[in-house]
Amino acid sequence: MAVDVDHSVVKSADHGTMLEYSTEDGALKILGFWFFLAQDMILFACLFATYLILHNRTAGGPSAMQLFDVPGFAAETFILLTSSFTYGIATFQMRNNRLKSMLIWMGITVLLGLSFVSLELKEFITYVLQGATISRSAFLSAFFTLVGTHGLHVTLGIFWMISVMIQLVKRGLTPVTARKAFIVGLYWHFLDVIWVFIFTVVYLTGVMK
Amino acid sequence: MGGVKQFLSHFFVTGPFEIGGDVSIGLVSLAILFVLTRYKLWGWLWRNWLTSVDHKKIGIMYMLAALLMLFRGGVDALMIRTQLALPNSQFLGAEHYDQIFTTHGTIMILFMAMPFIFAMMNIVVPLQLGARDVAFPYLNAISFWLFFFGAMLLNISFVIGGSPDAGWVNYPPLAELQFSPGPGDNFYLLSILISGIGSVATGINFLVTILKMRAPGMSLMKMPMFSWAVFATCIDIIFAFPALTIALGLEFADRILGAHFFTLNGGGNPMMYVNLFWMWGHPEVYIVILPAFGIYSEVVATFSRKRLFGYTAMVTSLLLIAIASYFVWLHHFFTMGAGADVNTFFAIASMFIAIPTGVKIFNWLFTMFRGRIRMTIPMMWVIAFIPNFVIGGSTGVMLAAAPADYQYHNSYFLVAHFHQVLIGGVVYGMLAGMYYWWPKMFGFILEERFAKWGFWLFNIGFYVCFMPQYPLGLMGMTRRMYTYPAGLGWSSLNMISTVGAFVMGIGFIFIVLNIVSSIRHPVKDTTGDPWDARTLEWSLPSPAPHYNFARIPVIDSRDQWWEMKQKGMTKPDDSTPLAPIHMPKNSGKPFIMGVLFFIAGFGFVFNWYVLAGLGLLGVVITLFARSFDYDTDYYIPVDEVKHSEAAFGRS
Amino acid sequence: MGGAAILLLTGCSPQQFTVLNPVGPVGRSELQLIILSTILVLVVIVPVIALLAYIVVRYRDKPGNTAPYQPQWSESKKLEFVWWSIPIIIVAILGTVTAEKTFALTRPPEPTNNPMVVQVQSLDWKWLFQYPGQKVATLNYLEIPTGQPIEFILTSNAPMNSFWVPQLGGMEYTMPGTQMRLWLQADQAGTYQGRGANFTGRGFAHMTFNVVATSQDKFNQWVQKVKATGTPLTEAGYQALVKPSLAGVISYSSYPMGLFENVVTKDGGGMGNMGK
Ligand code: HEM
Ligand SMILES: [Cu+2]
Repeated sequence: MAVDVDHSVVKSADHGTMLEYSTEDGALKILGFWFFLAQDMILFACLFATYLILHNRTAGGPSAMQLFDVPGFAAETFILLTSSFTYGIATFQMRNNRLKSMLIWMGITVLLGLSFVSLELKEFITYVLQGATISRSAFLSAFFTLVGTHGLHVTLGIFWMISVMIQLVKRGLTPVTARKAFIVGLYWHFLDVIWVFIFTVVYLTGVMK
Repeated sequence: MGGVKQFLSHFFVTGPFEIGGDVSIGLVSLAILFVLTRYKLWGWLWRNWLTSVDHKKIGIMYMLAALLMLFRGGVDALMIRTQLALPNSQFLGAEHYDQIFTTHGTIMILFMAMPFIFAMMNIVVPLQLGARDVAFPYLNAISFWLFFFGAMLLNISFVIGGSPDAGWVNYPPLAELQFSPGPGDNFYLLSILISGIGSVATGINFLVTILKMRAPGMSLMKMPMFSWAVFATCIDIIFAFPALTIALGLEFADRILGAHFFTLNGGGNPMMYVNLFWMWGHPEVYIVILPAFGIYSEVVATFSRKRLFGYTAMVTSLLLIAIASYFVWLHHFFTMGAGADVNTFFAIASMFIAIPTGVKIFNWLFTMFRGRIRMTIPMMWVIAFIPNFVIGGSTGVMLAAAPADYQYHNSYFLVAHFHQVLIGGVVYGMLAGMYYWWPKMFGFILEERFAKWGFWLFNIGFYVCFMPQYPLGLMGMTRRMYTYPAGLGWSSLNMISTVGAFVMGIGFIFIVLNIVSSIRHPVKDTTGDPWDARTLEWSLPSPAPHYNFARIPVIDSRDQWWEMKQKGMTKPDDSTPLAPIHMPKNSGKPFIMGVLFFIAGFGFVFNWYVLAGLGLLGVVITLFARSFDYDTDYYIPVDEVKHSEAAFGRS
Repeated sequence: MGGAAILLLTGCSPQQFTVLNPVGPVGRSELQLIILSTILVLVVIVPVIALLAYIVVRYRDKPGNTAPYQPQWSESKKLEFVWWSIPIIIVAILGTVTAEKTFALTRPPEPTNNPMVVQVQSLDWKWLFQYPGQKVATLNYLEIPTGQPIEFILTSNAPMNSFWVPQLGGMEYTMPGTQMRLWLQADQAGTYQGRGANFTGRGFAHMTFNVVATSQDKFNQWVQKVKATGTPLTEAGYQALVKPSLAGVISYSSYPMGLFENVVTKDGGGMGNMGK
């Protein structure tokens, strides 16, 4: 007869006293997620390479210089960087076993993420209304794909974070929920790093020339 | 009414070959449905296979799928060779010929070689490491079903919508909408994108398994060579597949969204695709060969009754190959106008790979040297592999000499090279592995008579088929031509090659007969160690119980099981008390997710975005449903373990 | 020996091995490398296969085999040193020669100030050759003078193909939006097979062309004849050629100004990249 597993049983912690590492399963999943991030990094590296090759191929359409709007992308950057910071605080609260304030900070992160995504959507819509669509030129194809892939990642991250919050509310802080919250956090910080590259490679260099 | 008819005639491809395809697919499906229903096997199929997260069962399913795809790709190959047997042949037109060589290449690399290596990885790695499963059993099942439904998506294209026909490399602008309108090319893109997600997941899964789940005492330098090979392969998978995803994803954006990444106009740059494709493509050939190298290492040591020679050098060369394979991709397009400096760098880097490869060959030879060689079927495939690979690797070095490659590129010389390494290297390796681990999978040994026929026919057929292709290349015959005129001196060599292909086909039939007859008259493996082998998997009963190890063994040497036998043990130490065993629960979600991906892919192929959107939505819902599922694992109580160990005569 | 056996068995004549029968310096130089690399790899192939055969026979597990059996023997620094060295030496030799030749082939095979130029376009599914010095053009055949380097400038107004005349030398891709350079030279008059080497769809197998190499005098006469008897290639005529179809051999007495350059640059392509 099979016996169901009681997840509240915490095995001896070999990764300090961190809850998310306290089960073997948790440690495995976190390591696996690091490898996932490694491959995602390569994925973005390929998109960056493509963008760098194609960014001057405007085929008579608008160029980066004509399109990008400094206050717009500066605001996006500020919001996303802040959201990484707020998630950092959420993790800190988790370490201190303060579920409620952890949830509050996660909520703030979600809100910031939502505003980032809406700003980006607004940016895209403005471009499209000017006729700068993905099919206008190779430059625009590369731009929308690179930035849009990041945006999709962020969107998925928001839904994921909400689902982890629900689980935290339902089950409290357990090794499993802690691990989930930790992994979403890794993902979120990773997207932040990618954005820093997008900010410099795409936007800053785009408006500086 | 007319509209519907027109739609249907586009949707269902009609023509003698397609109708043949329809009929055979229909008959096989009917037969399967009939057997399942007649013997009330639906429940069994669902509970024991479709929902299984057991690495051994997933491995077996990978293997069956790979053999099936080997058959499909083989039929393609025979059609290609039939068309080329005579000059000016009318058997297939350009249209069919182009489709068939495209699906042949795609299926053989992505839907035959890949699942075959995944089969071996799944079946063997946890058992070799002394683990109870892979790190992420549920993800493992997802990987399998994504592969499976990706493969199905490509396979139905022959009868629904039309097959892709731009070659397995699918270079733009040829593969763009302008030159390849219609759904064919979308089938190629989506099937590979879908199965590719599964491949990356498998890479991550086994990397974590190998790093974290080795039995206590098994340091990396005590790990069996096959697991080392899988480790190297996983590194290549994780860092190479994203490039393929991007290459195909962007091409897909060109076709679906009207983007201009690689198009003829709008500023697109097809070279970018070629670079991305081969940044994956070259590591990919090593992704499929390295596990085969691992298999050769295991088999050769077992059947020479001797330690593997030069273990450290074997590990070093695996890692050198895995890393160097990222720095050679440009050798697939020396003739696309890179500067002399760039071509030189990539030429020398490519030749460099031959060094660790050569070292491995010598180490295998010296494993046999001063050993005692038993000519079993797996060992025969290993011995046949060596000359094949020495020649195939050497022609690789010849191709790597850039200025010489200006003359070989895209000729039959190149075709002969890669078939010699892919068949003589990968397929031989997988067959060796299949024969070797078959008893561990099923509890009985494959009989030798048909197996020998299969071996000899396949081998002789191989040389007859592919050796003539080297001179054909030197006579100026290029790949992918559906016909050629008489009078160029190509005709007789082509005829010989076709004869060889059919001999290989007969060899394959013998291998299938071999399996069928062994199932009907099985020679049971009662000991669990029929080959008197060396590594941990052979310490278990055959087939291994679903929890693999009743007690996790403690390791103190490389050939752990061999050393234990030297000390007079006949089964693993069972003096310590048993403890409840933690196991993952089966789940239907991976299968459902595969179906949903298939639906989404199918929708995208035909630009039916509502269907595609629903499929993707379903995928996301399944993901979240899993996240909320906390009932994912259980413990097997000690009594049950005792009971099933007793059934194997152990305690 | 193997080669001779193949010839006997299949009735191919040695001349049909176009790669092995170069008629110009480029093809000859590449052939040297082919021969050198073949010899170098045979130095490994033959002994390894012989060693394999010896080992398999000598160390079979059969009763009464007196060959030594050392099941624990698995390391030998000396032996391993030997087999790391063998491939390293071979790769070093082959690598050096390869580097030398790769650089050499980017230059004209013989010094020349004012080389003859041919602009090559691959179309679906035909080859268009323009002779900017002579102001004529041909479809699906190529006429060149012997004894001097010819500079081929390649592009494509269709999926990429590859321009290959095995007896003159190795191939080079034709790619849209890019122009590439390939030097070739014929030292002997004759007619040589040329073909596309990269798959471009349905008509690909028919993309063959003959290269007629003649003396400079005869070449000049040919130009005069084309000018006198050929039809002019008009813009409309060119657009018709771009449409996918098969075509025969045609001589054009003239072609629109800037035709080739426009094809390369029309979508933001660069005239700069000349490759090797
Ligand atoms: C000694 C090591 C090897 C070297 C130096 C080498 C070199 C090369 C080179 C230079 C090419 C490109 C030639 C051309 O396109 O003109 C090539 C093509 C190829 N090689 Fe190898 N190779 C080696 C081993 C392998 C192995 C082990 C495999 C697979 C198991 C393999 C599979 C292929 C395939 C599939 C292609 C052609 C792909 C295509 O164009 O469709 N090679 N090899
Ligand atoms: Cu390669």
